[in-house]
Amino acid sequence: MTGDRLSALQVELEILRYNPETDTEPRFQRYSVPCKNEWCILDALNYLKDHLDPTLAFRWSCHMQVCGSCGMMINGEPKLACKAFVRDYTGVIRVEPLAHFPIERDLVSVADDFMDKLKRVKPYLIPAKKRSIEEGEYRQTPAQLTRYRKYSMCINCMLCYAACPEYGLTKSKFIGPAAITLAHRYNQDSRDDGRDERQEEIATNEGVWECTFVGACSDVCPKHVDPASALQQVKIASTVDWYLEHFMSWVKK
Amino acid sequence: MAKSNKPIIWGTFAAGGTLTAFMTPVLIVLTLLAATGHVPDMLGYENLHAFAAGWFGKLSIFIVIFLSLWGSAHRLRITFFDFGVRADTLVAIAVYTIAGLGSIATVVYLLRI
Amino acid sequence: MGEKMSRRPYVQELSRTTWYFKQPRYMRYMAREVTCIFIGAYTLILLVALLRLSQGQAQYEGFLAALQQPGSIVFHVVALGFSLYNTFTWFNVAPKALPIQIGEEIWPDSVVAIAHYVVWVVLSLVILFWAGVI
Repeated sequence: MTGDRLSALQVELEILRYNPETDTEPRFQRYSVPCKNEWCILDALNYLKDHLDPTLAFRWSCHMQVCGSCGMMINGEPKLACKAFVRDYTGVIRVEPLAHFPIERDLVSVADDFMDKLKRVKPYLIPAKKRSIEEGEYRQTPAQLTRYRKYSMCINCMLCYAACPEYGLTKSKFIGPAAITLAHRYNQDSRDDGRDERQEEIATNEGVWECTFVGACSDVCPKHVDPASALQQVKIASTVDWYLEHFMSWVKK
Repeated sequence: MAKSNKPIIWGTFAAGGTLTAFMTPVLIVLTLLAATGHVPDMLGYENLHAFAAGWFGKLSIFIVIFLSLWGSAHRLRITFFDFGVRADTLVAIAVYTIAGLGSIATVVYLLRI
Repeated sequence: MGEKMSRRPYVQELSRTTWYFKQPRYMRYMAREVTCIFIGAYTLILLVALLRLSQGQAQYEGFLAALQQPGSIVFHVVALGFSLYNTFTWFNVAPKALPIQIGEEIWPDSVVAIAHYVVWVVLSLVILFWAGVI
């Protein structure tokens, strides 16, 4: 079973299969895959598809932790299949599609809900005054960049949604970690003036207030975006807003 | 969608969580000493009564009880949800009522001292 | 396009009563959340103490005597454990809510967390001193 760096190891994969044309519910299928010691789970899946079972469906593209498309549950933990290495596991490795999302087929999740949520939070610069080409670029200091840089590293892999129990418990009503973090990323940007518009989406009951700070999103994020920190900061800012809106309007009256 | 009114309670939760994180363990140590028969000097009737008679003591006692109550009440509401109880409005009314009555009682008791 | 393919997504349901058994971090989260039961109950004990204090010396001393029941001691010990867990979990995540940026640098989470612990220890010692314990 085990070997030195150059030798192969036989890896047992238990993979969730679901064929919408024939199955009423998913089932597990066991495969024994010969792997190289340095392979990641994605390599094992590709070998499996090429040599053992061409019917297995899964998404992937870059194989280098950039595209965010090979997210799946590996032994119950949301992971990028290109970032999880077979040598780090012992025994049977259980591979399932991302938790909380509907299963399109096998390891392929339905991402429509997440895509809609990304659009809702207006994840683009909304400047107070548009600059013409002649006026030149929007300038920013390194310190201003630091305010949001971490939150701009998201690759939309949806691992945080698969980790977030509140997203599952609210039957995906919760706008969720990545989308709110992206809103925060633009709110923190010195070139942006669109916070009021985004607050209409994220300072709602289905927005940041569904978050109970489980913190799982930050644990599983492959790019160390730390969505949990963004959401807590959004809560604090929204709370300050609320008190100012309500008490200051009384003071003014 | 309308903006949420949850901030009004969440503000007390955040403040209460911070206060209980800093204060509750040492307060429990004090009453635990009393419970084992070693009543700290400050928990003796005369000392504590004198403390609660002053405005600083009244304010301190009120802040500790008020924030601990509201912080716990809000977290308890979420805990009910997390354990699968979906009657959120009913739970919210119950826990916030207890916190509200407790807050009023605190003021009443303090004013009697 | 969607109509031509036979799309029939399988919806995954999360059990609303047993979901937290799925991952150890969910269990730790629930342990953190239930600390509120003990802190809330302890606060009610403080409220009773205040009531007895307002009623007079005999009533207050009756309260102190009642504290010595075995059940009360057990509750105190358990509540102390949960309240410490609340303290640790609160301080460990405080840096996430309150990041400190100086110029181009954001302070490491550990620095902000350690600052909380230092203040906590000093404050606790001050209160113990004030109460005449040390």
